[in-house]
Formats: sequence, C-alpha cells, structure tokens
Amino acid sequence: MRSPERNPWWWCRPAAGLARMWTALRPYVEWVRLRFLLMLAYRVNYYSGIAVYTINIGAYYFLWKALYQGETTLGGLTATQMTTYVAVAWMARSFYFNNVDREMAQEIREGRVAVELIRPYNYLVVKAMQALGEGLFRLCFFSVPGMVLVSFLLPVDLPESPHTWGLFALSLLLSFVINTQLNLLTGLMAFFLLNNEGLMYAKRVVVDLFSGLILPLSLFPEWARAILVLLPFQAISYLPTMIVTGAWTTAQIEQALLVQLVWSLLLVVPIRALWVLARRKLVVQGG
Amino acid sequence: MWRLLSLFWVYLAQYLKARMAYRYDFLVQGLTDVVWQLVNLVFILVVFTHVPTLGGWSRDEILFIYGYFLVPYGIFACLFNLWDFQERYILRGEIDRVLTRPIHSLAQVCLENLDPEALFGVVTGLIIMGYAGYRLGLDLTWYDPLVFLLLVVGSVLVYAGIYVAIAAIGFFADAKTGIAPMVWNLQNYGRYPVDIYNRLIRIVLTWILPFAYVGLYPSSYFLGRETYYVYAAATPVVGAVVFALGLWAWNAGVRRYRGVGS
Repeated sequence: MRSPERNPWWWCRPAAGLARMWTALRPYVEWVRLRFLLMLAYRVNYYSGIAVYTINIGAYYFLWKALYQGETTLGGLTATQMTTYVAVAWMARSFYFNNVDREMAQEIREGRVAVELIRPYNYLVVKAMQALGEGLFRLCFFSVPGMVLVSFLLPVDLPESPHTWGLFALSLLLSFVINTQLNLLTGLMAFFLLNNEGLMYAKRVVVDLFSGLILPLSLFPEWARAILVLLPFQAISYLPTMIVTGAWTTAQIEQALLVQLVWSLLLVVPIRALWVLARRKLVVQGG
Repeated sequence: MWRLLSLFWVYLAQYLKARMAYRYDFLVQGLTDVVWQLVNLVFILVVFTHVPTLGGWSRDEILFIYGYFLVPYGIFACLFNLWDFQERYILRGEIDRVLTRPIHSLAQVCLENLDPEALFGVVTGLIIMGYAGYRLGLDLTWYDPLVFLLLVVGSVLVYAGIYVAIAAIGFFADAKTGIAPMVWNLQNYGRYPVDIYNRLIRIVLTWILPFAYVGLYPSSYFLGRETYYVYAAATPVVGAVVFALGLWAWNAGVRRYRGVGS
C-alpha cells in the first residue's frame, strides 16, 4: 500500500500539505534559533544602529515637515501620516534587511560553498532561515525599541486596532520573504560573475528607492508609477508601510497582500532555475 | 609640504597602476557612488513636482546646495579614507610600521589609503551645480572661482577634522565604537537649509559637528542669501579650527599608543 506521503495529490488536501511542509521545514528552524543566538552575542553593534536609524528618520521628518508647509496632503498622505510612514518604513527595513547575498558571494568566492553543497540540506533554505533569525533578532532588539523611541520624539500616529497590526505583521512577513528572495537571486549571481559587488550594491540602492523607503510610490510621477507597480520592489516597503499609515481602505489592503503573495510565489521560479544552472556550472579550485 | 605632494603623486600613480589591472572593479566602484548620488537627486526632483518651495528655498537652490555638498565630500573621501582605520591599523597592528616612517603618521595612513574613485562624486557635484546655477541665472565675477576653491578647502577641512578625530578614538578604545556611521548619517543634514531643523539640531550643525559648513553655508554665498554671508565667510576659519582639533586628537592618540602585543 502507498503511504499517504507518497500520494501525488497531497497538495489537494491543504491540511496534509501543510503538515508535510512543516515536517520538511522542521529541521531548518534550528538555523533560525542559532542565528538569533549568534546575533544576541554581538548585540553591542546594534545600539549605534538604532541611533543611525533615528538620525535618518529625523532627517526625513524635518524635510517632510518643511515640504508640507502650505500643503495638506502629498501623494494622498497627510503630514502626520507621512511621519508615520517614514518611521515605520525605516524600522521595518531593519527587520527585512539582510546581507544574505553578501554572505553567499563570499562563500562562493572562497569555495566554502562546496562543503555546503554536500551537506544533507538545501543550501538556499538554510540561508533564508539564517536571514530570518537575524531579522527576528533585529525586530525584537531594534525595530520595537526604536519605534518606541521614535514615537516619543516625533508625532507619529500608529493604528490602535489589533486587526490592522495583524495585517501589517502578515504583510511584513511577506516583505521579508520577497526581499530575501531578491537577495538569494543576487547572491546566486556570484556563481556566474567573477565580481558581483557592483550588482549587490546596485540592488541595494534600487530596493531603497523603488521599494518606497525613501519616497512613497504615490509621489512618483504617473509614468514612473506605472512601471514601479509592475516590479516586485514595492512589495518590500511601500505596501506594508501604507497599511500602518491608515491611508488605505480594506479593499486596497487586501489587494496589496495579494500582490505580495503573488510575488513571493513567482520569485521561486527564477531562484530554482538559477540554482540548477549554478550547480551545473560550479567549479571549485583546490581545497 | 612639497615632499608630501610629491609622495601623493607617487602613491596615486602606484594605486592607479594596481587598480587598472582590474579596470572593471574600478569602474563599478565609481559607478556605485554615482548611483547613490542619483537616488538623492531623484528624491529632490520628485518632491519638487509636488511643492513649489522647501522652507522658502526653490528647487534649483536646493539642487545647487546638493551639488556643492558633493564636491568637498568627494575630495575628502579620496584623501582621508579612514573608515576601517581602527580595524586595519590598531587591531591588526599595522600602525607600528606607519610610526617608523619618516613622514607624519596621519599623512602616511592617508597616502596608503587614497581612494580616487570618490572623485567621481566631484564631477557629479559640479554638473549638478552647473545645471542649477544656469537655471538660476547666477552671474559669476572673476574672483568667484577663487572663492569657490577657498570654500571647498574649508569644507574639506571640516570633514577631515571630524573624521580624523573619530579615527583617533581608535587609539583609545579597544573595540569598535560605531560613532563613525552615526556621524556619517548626521552629515547628510548639511545638504539642506538648516532653517528647516529645530534649534538644537541647528546649533549642533553650526557649532558642534559643523556639517552646515560643508553644504548650506558656503553655497549661500553663491545663491546670494545674505543672512548666511557671515557663516559662508567663516567656512575656511571653521575648517582650519576643526582640522587643528582633529590633528590634536590624532597626535594625542599616537602619544598614548602602546601597541597591541605580538
């Protein structure tokens, strides 16, 4: 008799499918814990990080305050909503931001990736889990205290309903997934390029600008917005942050979550493709 | 001074020879800086499609200040590349070698770390200034280029003084302090008019970490903002004072330095 796991139609039964996925991911959760503990050991580095983010949020706060003189709304946001947008966008960045691409590039350049490949796990999933551990650490010790600090210093207006926070949490998780997927893609390029420093840096700047971190997408001119909504970057910062500002209706929020979900599924395709190609192409010298 | 200048050329030539072996990297490094400057430019351009002025300053005036801001920064970043000074020189002990060299230790460290790619920023800055100045219809007198040079030197010295002092902390502290990234982010306040900030920040930017002298104040001279003329004129003096303080901190650090074993 076939065991239920072998049933090719397992994915038709969501409960069984989820249970199966959990069994497969279970061992990887350990990587989240390990990275979290590692970050905890070097937490001193992060105190200055909170200051840096506060300085950046402050810079944009004063800029926007001056820009709002004589205007009631810009790009559909009031002055208070814009302050909230800036604060939340930066603090969310500390959660989804990670250097997985840099780590991968280094491991590939130094040939350590060969050892990773013979280990009985999926290298990319391990990298993503390490990133999650780092993200969770920053969420606890950076985003949350930073947000408290900022809400004392600046006039931010955070939503009160737990429902909105729940939607934001879901959206933030998806933004982490998409950002990490993009990092895996740029990291994988190290298999094909001798030097992908420039690519990684360009990606970082492109993400900061096109994700809406520096400027909400609704402020961009019409033609630019038409292009940007077709790209995955808006799902990283603009969509989750807009949920918190309270400028959006329920329908808009639902649409945003759907867009994020679609991107997080779509991006699996190029990652898988590059991964297959990369393993075929890999040459490790010496070692 | 002449000896330093000739050493500068020798080190620069040496650096370029090494760098040109990897031309692609050189280009990528330069372009990444330009990309970052373009992001800030996009911010200004997009925002000004929605509002007429920023605290009473027009789009082209803000662009001019931003353009000026990039020029001294590029020169400073080329000459004083001290970002990982503590790690490379103190923690790994390379400073011992530097201290045996016949020129001043700061000059030796700077010469070893020249970063000519940063000069791309100077070009971007000059282009932005030129564009904004042309749109504003600024007329230049014969001595304005000389004033510009003098102000840029002052601004470079402000940067140099602050970051040399921060690097000198490396002589005293055992581990990374994280001060440099904080100050680096704070310096970006200098590329917008200080009147948009609150009193405390204005005072910090004028008197404590005088980053208003690397962007706003000197640009005010060319923009004809007479309220800031005194500050613009003070730029070289402030630069000299800040650099002297930075140098003093550095020398104090060197005197105190005892080595890190092995």
